Amino acid sequence: MSLSLLSAVLVGVGGMAGAVSRHTVDQRIVGKWSTVTVNVLGSVALGFLVTAPVGDAAVALAGTGFCGAFTTFSSFAVGVAELADAGDYDTAARYAFGTLLAALVGVAIGGAVGGTVG
Amino acid sequence: MDRSELALVAFGGFAGALLRYGASVAIPGAGGTLAVNVLGSFVLGTFITSVSSRRAQLFFGTGLLSSFTTYSTFAVQTASLSPMGGALNVGANYALGFAAAALGLAFGGRR
Repeated sequence: MSLSLLSAVLVGVGGMAGAVSRHTVDQRIVGKWSTVTVNVLGSVALGFLVTAPVGDAAVALAGTGFCGAFTTFSSFAVGVAELADAGDYDTAARYAFGTLLAALVGVAIGGAVGGTVG
Repeated sequence: MDRSELALVAFGGFAGALLRYGASVAIPGAGGTLAVNVLGSFVLGTFITSVSSRRAQLFFGTGLLSSFTTYSTFAVQTASLSPMGGALNVGANYALGFAAAALGLAFGGRR
């Protein structure tokens, strides 16, 4: 994707919706499970978008914008670091690698579905 | 949740996604995602331990920094790499991202 004003606007608008949606999930699911939820759901959706026959504009809006902002690495990493700071290495490891496993399975499932509709 | 607070998250999300897009054009591929994830994790760690304003937290923390970093792009890029490349990508994002977050928490907590 080359840098263009249209792509930038689509990414920004998608990011706006993704951040608001993540915040809404945060208010309904307490604790780390909200971050797990957004990261896994967003990975499934992005896995779908990159294999489904959608155009560049849809990838910019829904993929780079929405899924990119709906999911978050910084909140996840800070959560892992806080658990480690508190000495709870077991929970930190399960959080870190459980999220990874679920997200990669999610990407595979989303990608398989996206490839099927293509 | 009042609407002005939701607007702070929305504008922060707009700015964060746009900055991430700019970074991905400047540094294409997994390297660009690694850069935003590590940088964003450090700044978020610093921010949440040094700024207490709820409105600032909503704009910069929940909105901008959380949208600047991304897990979904990281996961999709990891899956698209070779097994060795994917393992290196996970190792780099996790080791550097967690270290950056821990450094940020320590740095912000001292201020």
